[in-house]
Amino acid sequence: MAATPTRLLSSNRAGWAMAAPAVGLILLFIIVPFALAFGFSFTNQRLFSPNPTQWVGTANFQQLLGVSTLTLEPERDASGAVVLDDDGQPKYPRLRSYTRNNPDYPHLQGKQEWFSFGWGDSRVFVLASDVVFMKALRNTFLFVLVVAPLQGGLALLLAVMTNQKLKGINFFRTVYFMPVVVSIVVVSLLWRFIYDGDNGLLNNVLGWLTFGAFEPVDWLGNPSTALPAIIAMSIWQAVGFHMVIWLAGLQSISPTLYEAANIEGASRWQAFRYVTWPGLRNTAVLVLIVITMQAFALFAQIDVMTKGGPVDSTQTMVFQAVERGYRKQDIAAGSVISVVLFLIVLTISLVQGYLTREKK
Amino acid sequence: MATVEEAQGTATLEARSVSWDRVWRYALLILGAVIFIFPLLFMVMSSLKPDAQLLADTANLRAFLPVGDISLDNYFGAFRRAPVATFIFNSVLVTAVTVVLSLFVCSLAAFAFVFLKWRGRDIVLAVIIATLIVPFETIAIPMLIVVNNLPWISSDGLTLGWLNSYRVQIVPFIADGLTIFLFAQFFKDMPRELIEACRVEGATWFQIYRKVVMPLSGPVLATGAILKFLAMYNQYLWPLMVTQDEGYRPVMVGLQYFFQLNPVWGEIMAYLSVITVPVLAFYLFLQRAFIASIASTGVKG
Amino acid sequence: MTMLTRVSAILLASTCLAGAAAAQAELTFWQHGAGNPWEPRLFGQIVEDFNASQSDWKVTLQQFPQAAYNDSVTAAALSGELPDIIDVDGPLMPNWAWAGYLAPLEITEEELEGFLPGTIGRWQDQIYSVGLWDAAVAMITRKSTLEKYGIRVPTLGEPWTGEEFNAALETMKESGDFEYPLDLGMWDKVEWYPYAFSPFLQSFGGDIVDRSTYQTAEGVLNGDAAIAFGEWWQGLFTDGLVPGTSQDPADGNQAFGFRDGKYAIVWSGNWNGAGVLEAFGDDALFLPAPDFGNGPKIGAASWQFAVSAQSENQQGANAFIRFALQDKYQAMFSDASGLAPATATAAQMTENYKEGAPMAVFYDLSAAQALVRPVTPGYVVQSAVFRKAVSDIADGADVATALDAAVDEIDADIENNQGYGH
Repeated sequence: MAATPTRLLSSNRAGWAMAAPAVGLILLFIIVPFALAFGFSFTNQRLFSPNPTQWVGTANFQQLLGVSTLTLEPERDASGAVVLDDDGQPKYPRLRSYTRNNPDYPHLQGKQEWFSFGWGDSRVFVLASDVVFMKALRNTFLFVLVVAPLQGGLALLLAVMTNQKLKGINFFRTVYFMPVVVSIVVVSLLWRFIYDGDNGLLNNVLGWLTFGAFEPVDWLGNPSTALPAIIAMSIWQAVGFHMVIWLAGLQSISPTLYEAANIEGASRWQAFRYVTWPGLRNTAVLVLIVITMQAFALFAQIDVMTKGGPVDSTQTMVFQAVERGYRKQDIAAGSVISVVLFLIVLTISLVQGYLTREKK
Repeated sequence: MATVEEAQGTATLEARSVSWDRVWRYALLILGAVIFIFPLLFMVMSSLKPDAQLLADTANLRAFLPVGDISLDNYFGAFRRAPVATFIFNSVLVTAVTVVLSLFVCSLAAFAFVFLKWRGRDIVLAVIIATLIVPFETIAIPMLIVVNNLPWISSDGLTLGWLNSYRVQIVPFIADGLTIFLFAQFFKDMPRELIEACRVEGATWFQIYRKVVMPLSGPVLATGAILKFLAMYNQYLWPLMVTQDEGYRPVMVGLQYFFQLNPVWGEIMAYLSVITVPVLAFYLFLQRAFIASIASTGVKG
Repeated sequence: MTMLTRVSAILLASTCLAGAAAAQAELTFWQHGAGNPWEPRLFGQIVEDFNASQSDWKVTLQQFPQAAYNDSVTAAALSGELPDIIDVDGPLMPNWAWAGYLAPLEITEEELEGFLPGTIGRWQDQIYSVGLWDAAVAMITRKSTLEKYGIRVPTLGEPWTGEEFNAALETMKESGDFEYPLDLGMWDKVEWYPYAFSPFLQSFGGDIVDRSTYQTAEGVLNGDAAIAFGEWWQGLFTDGLVPGTSQDPADGNQAFGFRDGKYAIVWSGNWNGAGVLEAFGDDALFLPAPDFGNGPKIGAASWQFAVSAQSENQQGANAFIRFALQDKYQAMFSDASGLAPATATAAQMTENYKEGAPMAVFYDLSAAQALVRPVTPGYVVQSAVFRKAVSDIADGADVATALDAAVDEIDADIENNQGYGH
């Protein structure tokens, strides 16, 4: 081992002794169960079944992640003209004739259309073995990409607002934290009323604000608004949680630094930029990582509000993991999703860690 | 003369702008408050109304006002329907014990990760941070298999399996990556020179942890406590899987008592209002402690 | 050493004492009624009466909230902690029996003579579960409503045809008197979907799975009949005849929306019958399902009792179930819940189902139209798949694609489970 600059701080025995309780518990209650799940993902393990468990190798992963493309020419009639369907669009041969028991296309067996796009005269179909999972993957990423910056930023704004020396500031801190206090399951239940398409509060309020010009929207029943509605509610619910973390960071910045900045005649923005933000560096890493992890774990809101619908527009990875592993009793299929999720988030956090590493 | 008057003039101007500034700040704060408080208001107000009125009111602003046929009937109904006091007792007990143990175990580990150098430290830390990534829902079943195979010594001698107990709701959640990570991030901001100085003076590591680092950790202890409290108090899936005996059930499992064939929404709201009280009380208590700790330590330099 | 011997002696003595007391075996009984005002009381009484009636067994009741019950049982089964007597939702029974968690009942076919078919759970020619009651659904509406719009009151002998039903909905929609002419209870996203909606598919001539072999859904869930069902189903939503999947729980619950006049008809069960009668009295109508070509159909099989294979006192567990099946308990339960008792003799003892009573019609509806959900261990998965398919179609997905996807998933699951032991 290379000599460290602070040899005083080297202590193998004390270090292990102090870390041991936590490490032991995490090993037993997180790592061992995860290792079991990892093992299940290579088998056909069921939650309960009289059939013996078999090793299936990477078959589950292939089933989950398999993607292919198929380019099809539109159908033509005898004269060579493109056949149009009822809506006047070119008609393509039925996909199922390629993906079911077609000896010429063995690699397409069992796949379904994920999406398609036009390519000159023909059309490219992107097929996936597990379309629902692909949609879940896409929705999960969308959720994380929107929620992480918005929630982190709003939480910081709230923290700065409630870090002022004002009378009654504790009241506001408490109020902003309220939605966190009420659990997400309960909040989701309440918002089902608010988002209701026929008689919901949100529609009524928007109607009043626009003097009736607003057309009521079935927020959770419409594939294009369901995920945004859940995103908005999720940010609203958890922003107070991250406000508290930011606050703890803000509170540990020494007031003498602000006094110094004040004496130097720094503007409020300059004080934030040169005193507050640098002092929040470790907090920022924490908040970003926590939000990202929580966002990837999106489950309760989906389970209570939409069950993945309408038409898969709110499917998420963890929801599918629970749906398959528990409700459809296919623990191997649930475990595969957990493992894939783990690998994805691990990769992201390694990249995140690399980008936010302390540059010395 | 003139200079003095001028000076006075600027002073009043400043005072005036300061008060306008104050108004703006309050206006912003109040706007925020309105946005954040309404579901809670909805919950509490609904708990006072009979169902027919409650449901009719959801469509308009009456949902947030104590108007119409107001009574505490739903509260009596909720307590008749389910052993609410038992659920709250169980949840508070499990949560409190877990929070205390968790803060101790996790801060100790974080201390070791940040201030000490030991063989394997970096790899262990990386693994612990990686565990943050595993959503609980995805490992619930394997975890059930684990606790089923754990031994315990009791008056009956050595027994296998932890089902139907408080410990099965507590022990698995004492150590978690998030709390360790939280402490570690805050410890990183503490002055290392102070620790080294204590070492030179011959203090043991545990003494430094207890006498130097912990007293400086008020804000992070409060933050860690409230986050852990919330996570534990809102546990649902796990207690459902491991407690078959009504005597061990916590509040979120208790919530399901209200979703029978014909739920009475007023009682659901009353139950929710009641179970929110301990969390709110705990948060207010911590906020006070939190501020006191900031004031007394003057925080790091 | 002396200490150790003394401790051992005490331990030994206490074991002997325990042995002596164990002449009366302890049994546990799990039931899903926690939080319900009357279920704990009724089952408490049955347990108390049983314990007083004999001295060989002592049953203790443990109640669970319904929404959490199946998850609790799953966890207990995995942990080997199942009770002696289990309450099981009818269609799930084959799954538990196949997995080896249930023992066949010692109760014979003769003893169950006269029970409604939906109350007896059979798997591989053996009886595994039996219930005190059955649930039945009906098109619930008001006589005055139908008269006002000139709609014929259908009967079991002559139910509405598909066209007649659609026309009736259109008429009521056009009147503008209702938010929607029909409430299907779309807010209740759990087992209600297959229970309440698969009978429509069956009336069209399709099914969730091919019941002749239980090895595939190809052709029955995506055949012409199923596509016709899907097109009709989607039309209900695109034409604004029923509230969609985002319906908030407040409206459907307790048939409130119907009682408030928001909806003209509600597709709901006998558990809401009492409330509707209270609101409308004689004006209330409980009508058979429409006939889409293959006869009117409704679901069957509610919660039933079974014996755990892990139980060491199966004889006692059977004795308890036999005791609970008595007519007087069936009647007591029916009076409290509004559900139909399992036998006609018990029905005569009830408020709602005796000859000429207002809900006796449910008994006939059940007897004439009931079809149990597919009796296969794979139903657990098939139910979830069907639920997703009808949700997606209601939300605008392409009918053929959604049904094909459902067939693929069901077939893959059957194959992965090596045919589920059929």
